[in-house]
Amino acid sequence: MKKIEDILGHYRAGSHESLIPILQDIQAEEGYLSENAIVQIGRFLEMSTTKIYGLATFYDRFRFIPSGKVHLRICDGTTCFINGSEAVINAIRENLGIEPGQTTRDGKFSYELTTCMGGCNEGPVINVGDNYHNHVKPEDIPELITKLKVLADLK
Amino acid sequence: MKGEKSNELMTFLVEEVLRHGSDTLPAATEKRLSEIRREKPSVPVIYVSSGSAAVIAGSEKSAAAADLYLKEMGINGLIVMTGGHGPAVFEPLFSVQLPGKNRLVFRNITEDKVEVTLNGVFHNDMPDEDLVAQSGSTGFEAWYGIPFIEDIPFFKFQKRVVLENFGFYDPESIEEYIARGGYRSFLKTIRNYTHEEVCDIVERSGLRGRSGGGFTTGLKWKYALNSASDNRYLICNAKESDPGSYCDRSVLEGDPHRLIEGICIASYAIGASNAVIFLKTGSPHPFARLKNALDAAREYGVIGHNILSSGFNLDIIIREEAGAYVCGEETALIGSLEGKRGMPELKPPYPTSDGLYGKPTVINNVETLMNVPLIMARGPEWFRTMGTSNSKGTKLFSLGGRGRYTGLIEVEMGTTFRTIVEGISDGIRDGRAFKALQIGGPSGTFITNKNLDLTVDFEALREQGIAMGSGGLIIIDETTCMVDFVRFYMDFIHKESCGKCIPCREGTGRMLEILENIIRKPHNEDSNATLERFKGVMQLEIIASVMKDTSLCGLGQTAPNPFISALDNFREEFEEHIFDRRCRANVCRGLRTFSIDVDKCTGCTVCASKCPVNAIYGTRLQPFFIVDDKCIGCGICKDVCKFSAVTVR
Repeated sequence: MKKIEDILGHYRAGSHESLIPILQDIQAEEGYLSENAIVQIGRFLEMSTTKIYGLATFYDRFRFIPSGKVHLRICDGTTCFINGSEAVINAIRENLGIEPGQTTRDGKFSYELTTCMGGCNEGPVINVGDNYHNHVKPEDIPELITKLKVLADLK
Repeated sequence: MKGEKSNELMTFLVEEVLRHGSDTLPAATEKRLSEIRREKPSVPVIYVSSGSAAVIAGSEKSAAAADLYLKEMGINGLIVMTGGHGPAVFEPLFSVQLPGKNRLVFRNITEDKVEVTLNGVFHNDMPDEDLVAQSGSTGFEAWYGIPFIEDIPFFKFQKRVVLENFGFYDPESIEEYIARGGYRSFLKTIRNYTHEEVCDIVERSGLRGRSGGGFTTGLKWKYALNSASDNRYLICNAKESDPGSYCDRSVLEGDPHRLIEGICIASYAIGASNAVIFLKTGSPHPFARLKNALDAAREYGVIGHNILSSGFNLDIIIREEAGAYVCGEETALIGSLEGKRGMPELKPPYPTSDGLYGKPTVINNVETLMNVPLIMARGPEWFRTMGTSNSKGTKLFSLGGRGRYTGLIEVEMGTTFRTIVEGISDGIRDGRAFKALQIGGPSGTFITNKNLDLTVDFEALREQGIAMGSGGLIIIDETTCMVDFVRFYMDFIHKESCGKCIPCREGTGRMLEILENIIRKPHNEDSNATLERFKGVMQLEIIASVMKDTSLCGLGQTAPNPFISALDNFREEFEEHIFDRRCRANVCRGLRTFSIDVDKCTGCTVCASKCPVNAIYGTRLQPFFIVDDKCIGCGICKDVCKFSAVTVR
């Protein structure tokens, strides 16, 4: 609660053009946009929460549920696609049983698809924290997830 | 102590270099600058690429390993992190310079190879397979029997102007940038020229916007300058979300100060005192680079209030986009900056008269702005010497896909695409056949063997109905299915369509549905469903033309381009999918038919146990068989079979 107030303190009350940076800052801090945060922003900017929610859902960077302890970013760029990223994404979808943007029930995993991370020669690329897994094949996924599960348990 | 030294250096650079009025500097100053540029290093210098591509390939770990190696061996040496050199296939790229000798360029030096490579360099026993080339200039001793970097095909056909600093200096160091002549053309500009004169010079140079439209940059600036207003804005569009392009990002990472200088000059030209860099989100690396660079520029006083007592004020802020492809469109971008949904508006009014907060606004792409400091420093005539009659200068491309050498490239306008594919990329990986070159991302088209001799030139391409686009070039070989590829782009556009106008919102959805139907396996389909499916296929071309004609903004108007172009060039491939139910590249899962060779099958049951839909039947130790109606074409059985008994058609 305190944190959201701190973030809002950097902006001018009622300035509608600050809405996106505020949402970005809060998401960077908390990992997602909670209902409570949206209500607070609404009060601060004198905007209705439906408007804020409408805007936030228009852009695909905003999340409304907490991300997992381990968050995977999978490249869905053109070169990675040519190199078979779709099969990798399907393998992850089947293995975790969730869609992009969702979080597993145990709160351990979430993943998102990104467009081109710039490592086209290494594709398909999966980014976890500071680590990059290159040339990933669908059959590598079960092993990768098992490894990451250990990491998630430690967190 | 260190702080004191850097303060002294800063005073030197500001007072003796930036504030120095004339173009030529005193010899003593030049000498010190040459030291900062490391022109004649007295200790070994190891340059390590640190762009996104390099980081993903593991360059940071390699640099740490190199640092450790130097410490352990007690060698007094420098490690410099530079912008990406270009060839992504070589990352992590090391280039090592021993005092008095030419630089040696090594490829793919991952963490584990660092020790072997550096041992080789310091004990004159080079590991051959990783050594690519040497690079150097006069005054250095050349290595015997090692090719020069200019002779390697990847570099031979390029003309590096925007990329000239890449691989030579640390992009995080403003000192090195100033020592290489940086920020001096900006200061020269505000000292010597009026706003109109700057617009004139840039117009005379023939520089055109690099992000697709190809509008003359100087003219755009003039429009904004001539719109009466108390305030104007400059926006640098660094929101590159074409799924296969990374030009802007690489440029940002490799030479952030040049971009800032370009923004400074452009802002001065249009009389703007506020500039915004609209940056792609989700990439922490370029953001941090740019932020550090801006902080340094502020500290040196090249941006801020009353810049080096010239009376010109400028502040630059970074705004991260929130993730919507359509925000690359000018009016949608402005909407997004104003805190609204990023939806395109009807033009006119153009942003140059009614832009951000209703003020005249110029939106320039990163690459365009990168050219500006050079034009101001070397003059418009110099810029006009490069390129063709209508398109001047050079063009950056991010070359990706199946080429042998891929990465960030820069070619002179007028270069043929054949040179890019056969020269720079040196053909296709693994000796496969070239199929097409995709230009311009999800709104782009295909260039095939037929028109590969087209040149990189705004007019030449426009005549063929091809837009230069954002600079993404994807080389496609025979293992890619065109129908599937077009579906991938349509899926992307469908997700990114903002939903404001109906042709785009509904058209993309419908086209995607039909394309998915083409590559789907018609399981248990009744005749009515088959009829519907075929009706869709018949309508595909009509939908494409309606979308092209009636969509509100560029996104919708160009969305059918990949499809139309693929149909023009690869019609037979579409027909094969529709009529023969066959995919020649064996990519489309729905159209693959698997069968088990009875002679080879040993009845080991592995495939049957792995099949996700239980479509494989049989008795243990007897040949198994696949029930075609149940098979989803995933190919797992083929992958797991140890006896290669599963065949695909």
